[in-house]
Amino acid sequence: MPLLEIENLSVAFQTAGGMFTAVDRVSLHIDPGEIVSIVGESGSGKSVAMLALMGLLPWTAKVTADVLKFDGKDLNTISPKKLRTIIGREMAMIFQEPLSSLNPCFTVGFQLTEALKIHFGMSRKECRARAIELLDQVGIPEPQKRLKAFPHQLSGGMNQRVMIAIAISCNPRLLIADEPTTALDVTIQAQILDLLLKLHQDKQMSLVLITHDMGVVAETAERVVVQYAGQQVEKQLVKGLFSNPHHPYTAALLDSLPERAKTKKLPSIAGVVPGQFDKPGGCLFAPRCKYSTRHCIAKTPEPAADELGRALCHYPLRDGVPMNHPGEEEVI
Amino acid sequence: MQREKTVLEASDLRRHYEVKRGAFRQPAILKALDGATFTLQRGRTLAVVGESGCGKSTLARLVTLIERPTSGQLKIQGIDIITADDQTKRALHKTVQIIFQDPYGSLNPRQKIGLCLEEPLLVNTDMGKKERAEKARNMLDLVGLRPEYYDRYPHMFSGGQRQRVAVARALMLNPEILVLDEPVSALDVSIQAQILNLLADLQEQFNLAYLFISHDLSVVKHIADDVMVMYLGRPIEFGSRENIFSKPHHPYTRALLSATPVADPFRTKEQITLHGELPSPIAPPTGCTFHPRCPHMTEICKGDFPDIGVLDNCEFACYHPKTY
Repeated sequence: MPLLEIENLSVAFQTAGGMFTAVDRVSLHIDPGEIVSIVGESGSGKSVAMLALMGLLPWTAKVTADVLKFDGKDLNTISPKKLRTIIGREMAMIFQEPLSSLNPCFTVGFQLTEALKIHFGMSRKECRARAIELLDQVGIPEPQKRLKAFPHQLSGGMNQRVMIAIAISCNPRLLIADEPTTALDVTIQAQILDLLLKLHQDKQMSLVLITHDMGVVAETAERVVVQYAGQQVEKQLVKGLFSNPHHPYTAALLDSLPERAKTKKLPSIAGVVPGQFDKPGGCLFAPRCKYSTRHCIAKTPEPAADELGRALCHYPLRDGVPMNHPGEEEVI
Repeated sequence: MQREKTVLEASDLRRHYEVKRGAFRQPAILKALDGATFTLQRGRTLAVVGESGCGKSTLARLVTLIERPTSGQLKIQGIDIITADDQTKRALHKTVQIIFQDPYGSLNPRQKIGLCLEEPLLVNTDMGKKERAEKARNMLDLVGLRPEYYDRYPHMFSGGQRQRVAVARALMLNPEILVLDEPVSALDVSIQAQILNLLADLQEQFNLAYLFISHDLSVVKHIADDVMVMYLGRPIEFGSRENIFSKPHHPYTRALLSATPVADPFRTKEQITLHGELPSPIAPPTGCTFHPRCPHMTEICKGDFPDIGVLDNCEFACYHPKTY
């Protein structure tokens, strides 16, 4: 049984300019002990989808889902009280910027033990012992001393470790890491990723890794979901994604990486991700795609078969060649 | 050769800051940059890499004459800027321009793009109004923006477009040297490729010298001709791009290369994980500043800072370089 089941999750925001769909019919299945990565550029709705799952969006957001199940429990119909025993305990999240996510007014120790008190009703002594154990686990030297430190007294890498310690304090079965290393240096990034992988192995914890860094994806994930403008455009195993991408967007994204470039001039994707007011009809990637035809602009594509990575495209690529494509002349 | 004329020479450049520690304690000396020597040629790119706090941005501030070096020599177009009078220095300001990391923070939100581009001309030249406007429009066209954008405000642009505006502004005075302080690290991958292409085109067109500051080694590998790796204010390895990426000698360079994630799931790589973090530059470790984190550390490393050694055309400061 999958640990997490999401079917057709949509999130729309009420804005001054009308409803804006940030996440558009996203589906995700995660088995126990799996690492799934969600990749996309900024504005692709990858964080919003996971925040919706955690129930952390403001009231202006309208969240709808056909199925939203965690460990067999339906999160759509569950009572708020029961929901709170799942969120933070069974399913936890690490946020992008550690300095703005930690409360500057409280010590690290206080913030670390808060969840333990609420979820397990531990005594102060037990809390302290567990907090020290956690800080030690995430590789912070002298944990006893650090309990009394405030976030501004620690470096970015240390704060991110504290965030991870808070997230894993209740031994969650699912950990969502939202760009956990974006603000950090490469050597610290390597340390943090190693730590996450170690926790994943030791505790058989499922891990959702949200990132925009293709390098991080290649080195950590098992399965990858590519998102573009709120839609899932491709789902594949990591090796398949890098060797044989099926959606033109994935292919173009990989080509534009400097490290995969063969020439001095990088093959870039023209244009920008569509926003609220310039969302095209039909395929959302059509205006930037080098294979797009009239058909792409007129009709919304359906996901392709499983062996084609469920690519959301009229002409999914196979070995770099678009299938059933009418030919160069039809390209606009 | 004229094309590869040296435009900037820095030797043993240092910048120290005083940090006050209260009324009754001696102020501490923070050695943000502690002895950098390099040259820049026209039409070439020198990349400076290192973690945050290694002195990359201080170097950028010195080269752009925003700050004066504490000691050392800095020559731009053969003119020593320490001894130069104010008038010469003002003229030199025009030849060095900078592009900052954050395109959202480096543009004035209340100023139209056109005016923002004209400002350098207004300050430094005696061009007429019409001439300035025309030059600004031409420049917008050159960096791949429409000349109609002249009357728009920064908030109407996306991140990539704003970075193009920043590039255009830097080029208004026809500089010879462009300092690029992490120009693409705030951008998405697809936009990053567009800006890198633009920078490469402009370099070819105007024969510019780039000082490219970055922590992203995959970008550096693509764009740089020479690479300088810095650690705690000191350059620790210098060499051509091919040499640095294929035969890194210094253990820190090797650790950086191994820590950079590579978008290739089929690759197995040498795993060097550095433990600990960058030490405080106020109280740097004795001897080789890297020794507390170095996997090959021995007693000698704690003594004096190692002399510069040369192997395979790479210069490095290490007692135990890897040989190939």
